[in-house]
Parts: sequence; structure tokens; C-alpha cells
Amino acid sequence: MGSVVEMTGVVKRFGAVTALDGLDFEVAAGEVHGFLGPNGSGKSTTLRLLLGLLRASAGSIRVLGLDPWREVATLHRRLAYVPGDVALWPNLTGGEVIDLLGRLQGGQDRARRGRLLELFELDPTKKSRTYSKGNRQKVALVAALATDAELFLLDEPTSGLDPLMEDAFRGCVRELRAQGRTVVLSSHILSEAEALSDRVSIIRAGKVVETGPLEQLRHLTRTSVTADVAAVPPGLELLPGVHDVVVTDHRVSAQVEPAGLTHLMQALMTAGLTSLTSQPPTLEDLFLRHYGDIAAGVPAAAIGTAPGGPGSPGRGGRQAGDA
Amino acid sequence: MPETLAGTGVLIRLGLRRDRWLLPVWILGFALIAYSTALAGAELYPDTASRVEASTVLNATASMVALFGRIYDPASIGALSLIKYTAFMTAILAILMVILAIRHTRSDEETGRLELLGGGRLGRDAPLAAALIISLGANVVLGLLSAAALAAGGLPAVGSLAFGLGWAATGMAFSAAAGLAAQLTASSRAATGFSISFVAVTYALRAVGDLAEPGPSVLSWLSPIGWNQQIRAFAGDRWWVLVLPTALCLVLVPAAFVLRARRDLGAGLRPERPGPAAGSLAGVWDLAVRLQYRVLLAWVVAFVVFGVVIGTLASNVAELLASPNAQDLIKLMGGQQALTDAFLAAEISIMGVLAAAYGVSSANHLRSEEAAGHTEAVLGTAATRVRWASSHFVFALAGVASLLLLAGVSIGAGAAAAVSDPAVVGRSTVAALAQVPAAWVVTSVALAVFGWAPRLAGAVWGLLLALVALGEFGVLWNAPEWLMDLSPFRHSPLLPVGAADMPALVALTMAAAGLAALGYSGWRRRDLAA
Repeated sequence: MGSVVEMTGVVKRFGAVTALDGLDFEVAAGEVHGFLGPNGSGKSTTLRLLLGLLRASAGSIRVLGLDPWREVATLHRRLAYVPGDVALWPNLTGGEVIDLLGRLQGGQDRARRGRLLELFELDPTKKSRTYSKGNRQKVALVAALATDAELFLLDEPTSGLDPLMEDAFRGCVRELRAQGRTVVLSSHILSEAEALSDRVSIIRAGKVVETGPLEQLRHLTRTSVTADVAAVPPGLELLPGVHDVVVTDHRVSAQVEPAGLTHLMQALMTAGLTSLTSQPPTLEDLFLRHYGDIAAGVPAAAIGTAPGGPGSPGRGGRQAGDA
Repeated sequence: MPETLAGTGVLIRLGLRRDRWLLPVWILGFALIAYSTALAGAELYPDTASRVEASTVLNATASMVALFGRIYDPASIGALSLIKYTAFMTAILAILMVILAIRHTRSDEETGRLELLGGGRLGRDAPLAAALIISLGANVVLGLLSAAALAAGGLPAVGSLAFGLGWAATGMAFSAAAGLAAQLTASSRAATGFSISFVAVTYALRAVGDLAEPGPSVLSWLSPIGWNQQIRAFAGDRWWVLVLPTALCLVLVPAAFVLRARRDLGAGLRPERPGPAAGSLAGVWDLAVRLQYRVLLAWVVAFVVFGVVIGTLASNVAELLASPNAQDLIKLMGGQQALTDAFLAAEISIMGVLAAAYGVSSANHLRSEEAAGHTEAVLGTAATRVRWASSHFVFALAGVASLLLLAGVSIGAGAAAAVSDPAVVGRSTVAALAQVPAAWVVTSVALAVFGWAPRLAGAVWGLLLALVALGEFGVLWNAPEWLMDLSPFRHSPLLPVGAADMPALVALTMAAAGLAALGYSGWRRRDLAA
């Protein structure tokens, strides 16, 4: 199985604004791929390009081996899309919208449609006008998930869903993966991508800055270690790869790079270790590293869609010691 | 200020910001039309004798009375010049005021924008109050500016003021009616449809009332548009009639606020009923039909009723044409000589313009669907751009053609009954169908604009108005030939009087096809715009 999505050097300009600035993005067949980035980083623009709703200013795009701009109908028969901002016809019922979208898609599985309605506790007889944001989202999700698509492009699919429904949605995605379908899941909710994704790509100011399995990306960040010891040994902060050491009485906490773990553990064991908690880096940490600018006080407006936005001053320094 | 009105000032500023183009264009448009009409009237009827003759003919012609009303002082140049404006133009003003009021009340509520604002310090009644205050301001400015324009055009100042205040008060009565309608239904389309039907009914009431001999019957006094005529500007200036629209506002506005207090934000008076759990819409074509057929049905009813009414008035035309002055008048209406047929030709050309207006409103669904984000959902499926765009565009073309077909048949049926000549039906139907290509050209302009400059979709209305104004006043304004030739309506053969100019019809159809192709090519290569 090759790549389902291949984007190389894709540039998308809207007038003077460059939304995507040489974006490379690749999704392998059969994986659930998390597409992460904050608001305005170009996630929705990327997905719309994959659908042929927008036309790339430069670069090449292949989806399921097809050109989404030229072979749109053939392509769309094989994929399903949930827009980030679900707008429904106010005077059609949810059921009517689901069936319409399903038929336009080229057919949906009636049994699965029924199951999904039950799973998401959606009343299909209500006029779309009366649906809440979460319920509108469910309409789009049911319409997409009830089809037999090979590729699912889901733009922030859980926005507006409550935690129970989010859980139901995760079940659906796992089912899709078990059936060998490919899912691209854009999100700024890290726990969602973390729970579902085989691989993630992080987009920032119109470029994919990091791609890989979560485990691999985690190597790039530090583990948070907290330990109780009989006597705190001196000079812990001097160990290579150990940062932010805080000592209170018998408790030590520190941020540790993968390369520094061995040194720290050796030092702690000789100091009479009584308790140890270690937390793997979360996607939050990954994210913070790429958007460190925000934490560092750079106004958020300067990031977003701004072409070639500010660099990431947090990167180089904190990454010292990477293999 | 009561709590429920908190934030009204902010909403007024927001509304004026949103309408910073719309309102000036409308207001200046009305004032300009008033001004040019005042000038043109003085030129057309230089002396009292010509005025009296024209007025007498108009008053004796039932079709004119039904369409425009009566002239209550045959010697008055103002009353004669503005014959089309006390009822017909007032109805258009009423429709614009309906659109304005719904835009700031129910539309904002349906899209959830008011909910967004409602989180702030915003009273329950503020949106309605702001919409009505903006409407009041627009009506007053429009009325006073038009009065000034009429006076500047050479008409008596007092009559001009009476006329302008008539527009202001009548416009406001319909603003208030729309404000009330906005409280009734959860859908802004339904509220608009309801209000425009009210305009149509009041227009028809006064048409029937005005036809009664010798003067207006009680039916005219039941209609706000009838009141506007009974002010009799330039023909007595009966100021007290202004009390009637004012009183209507004083009833409708409090009623609207009472209804608002009885319902939830976003809800109509009736709770939303559940609909089908499964849909039967099989594709983009079904969707376009579903989204558009109600509006088309309303147009069909209006066209058929209007057609039968003006058709039955054809019998009065013989009388009208006896006078040489009346022949000039008929020429002004766009017709040529020849009894009934001239009248039919003039009326049918009006139907052609109205059908084009339907074509624009229908084709502009493309833009409204795209702007609402619905198109993204549709194009995310296997539906192609061309197929989706065609669904609304073909509906628009077919709607235009069926409206004109029905107009021809119903005008012909009315005329056939009136003059006992069944053959009229065939002639009038062919004549109406000959208007189809010109109306298609305008419809295709809407597609071309959608394809290349979707944000300018609203400007197509401006274009249509400009074409109508050019046809109406082009000669008076000394507009250059080439400019007037740009109007497709100018190339439509005026059947059943003139010859069936087949080359012109073919050329118009080709122009429509060319514009449509242009529109498709733009739509196929542009980004989906939000």
C-alpha cells in the first residue's frame, strides 16, 4: 500500500495572504493520521485543497492517486468529508440532509446509518434550524461515516461534541482503522489526536513542521520526572540533558531529555529512591515546542496565517541534546 | 431606558455599518427617479390642455387605473407626471422596506448572529427596536430627499412635500408590518414571503377599489398603498390622510413587541414540527427544486393573477387609442399602434422584465448557498461543480420560461374573455415567449457574475434596475444609442404588434449561452469562497 495523500511543496495564496507556504504532507494507506495545528495555521485550507474545493497556487497534490482539482467526481466517490464548520439547510430535517449527502456520495449503508443515529443519539426528524452545534456536527458525521469511503477527511470532527459522544466517535474511527480505511483527522485538541492517531503531522504557519508516529515525536521532548529520595544529591542540574530541576525537602522534579534519563536515574538510585513518577511527554508538550512563541509572549496574531511567520525561538535551545 | 431595550444604540450603529451601501443606493435611486420624472413630465406636457387630455384618457382607461390609480386633478402636472409612483413605485418601496426590516431582525436571528450579540448587554427588544429605527430613518430621509428632488425638478414645493411624506409614511407602515411578520415564523424566507404577499394584497385591493366609479371605493381605503394615493399630492394635498399609515404603525409596532415578548430567541410563535426522518432528495437537482419551488409557486400565482387582470382590461384600450395624445402615451409605455395588441405588447414587455427579476433571484441562490457554507457540504461529495451550479441555473432558466408562458396564456385568456376573440390567447402566448431570451440573458449575467466575482452577486440587481431605468428614461436622458442597445430588453420583439424578429431572438439566446459559458468557466477554476 502506498500513500493515500501526497502533497509536495504546496503553496496556497489568497490575494496577498499566503495560507500554505510550501507544505509537504503525506498520509499512508490504512492509517489514522492526526493533522495538528492551532487556529488559522492552514488545516482547513489543506483539507479543502485535498478536496479540490480550492486550487493550489503551486505544488502537486495527489489523493488516492488522483488529482483532486481535475478528477474531482471520481475522487469524491471514494472519500467522505466532514467540514470544519457544518452549515445545514435550515428547513431540511437532519435525516433528509444525511440521506441527501449519502446519495450525492453514491450511496450509504442504511443499517450503518441507523446504528450511527442511535450511537450519536441524534433525532433525525428535527429541522436543521433547531439543531445545536454538536447536533449539526453529528449530522455531518453520520452522513460521512455511513458511506463506504476509502478515505475520510474529518476537519475538527469532535468540535461541539460532548465527552460521551467524543468517545462514540473514537470508537467509530477505530472501527474504520480495523477495516483498513484511511482517516485524516484535523484537530487542535491534542488528546483526541493522541488517542486515535497512528501518526501525526504538525502544521504551523502553512508548513508541516513535524511528521511521524507519536512515539518518535515524543523522543524529541522531555519526560517529566518526580522522585522522593532520602537525601537529594547535589549537582543534579549539571547532569547532561536534565533541566528545570526543582528541589523541595526530599522531593526532586525535573524535565529530562531522553539522553539524560540514564544519568538522572543513576544519580537518584544512589541517593536512596523511595518513590518515582515519570510522565511521558504529551502532545501538549510537542505542541508547545512548536508554538513556543505564544508562550514566550509573541502575540498570537503574528502566527496564524501570516506568511513565513516568526521563527520558533524556543526550538533550538530546548532541543539541545537531540540525537 | 428599559432593560429590554439595552444595546439598541449599538445595534443601530452596526446596522448602519452593514447597510452603508444599500441604504444610500436605495435612497438616492428613489430621489433620482423622482427628479428625472419631474423634469420629463414638464417636457412631455408643456401646457394645461395637453395635461387635461392625457389625464382624462388615463382616468378613462381601466387598465391604467388598475395599474397606477387615478389622477384627481387633470390639470395638475405633478399628479400626471407621478402617476406611476403613487402606487407602483410605492409597492417597490414597500418591498425594499420589507427586505430591510427582515434583514435586521429574523435573518440575524436565524443565522445565530443575534445569539452571539445576545451574550452581551443586549435587551430582548433591542434588535426589533434598532431595525425599526433604522427603517424609520431610511423612510424619512428617502421621503424628504425625494420631496426636495421633486421640487428641484420644478414641481410645487407643497405638493412635493406631501408626496415625499406619503412615501415615508407608507414605507414605514410596511417596515412595521415586516417587523411584525418577523415575530411569527422561525424562517426569514417565510417572514419575507408573508410580508411581500401583504404588499401584493394591498396593491390588488386598491386596484379593484380604484376601478369603482366614480372614485375609489372602500377597498382602496383598506390598503396602505391606497392611502398613499388618497393623499392626492399635487391634487389637493390632503395631509390628514397621513394619519392612517401613522396609526397603522402605532398598532403594528406595539403588537410586534408584544409578540416578541411571548417567544424565545430563534423560535417562531408555533413550535417547530418534526419532519421526516429519512429524505427523498436524490441529488443536487432535487435539492435545488426543494430549495426553490415555494418561491417559484408564489411567482406563478402572482403572474397568473396579474396576467388575467391586465388581460381583461384590454377591452378598454380602443377608447384610449382614439386620442392622438394617448398614442404618444402608449408609445411611452413601450408599445406601437394597433388596438388591443399594442396594449398587450406593452404589458407583456413588463412581464419580461419581471421574469428577468425572477431569473436573477433564482440564479443568485448559487451565491447564497455558497456563502452559507452549504455548497462546501455538497461539493465534498461526488457532486461536481458544474452539475451543482446547473441545478440552480437550469431551475432559474426553466422558471423564467414557465413564468412567461403562464403570463402569455393568462393575459391571453383574460383578453380573449374581454374582447370575445379566442385567437388572442395564441398571439399573446407567442408574444410572451418571445420575451424569454432577453430574460435569459439577464439570468445568465447572474451566473457569469457568480463565476467570476461571487461577492458582487447583489450588483446584478443594480444592473437590472439600470437596464429598466435606461429603457424607461433613456430617451428622456438623451442616453447614447449604444448604451441603450446594451439592454437585452430593447432587442426583444414587441409581439404581437411587431414582426417576429427571429435573428434578434437567436442572437439573444446566443448571448445568454455565451454568458452562461463564461460563468461556468469562471466557476470551474475559482476557489470556493466563503
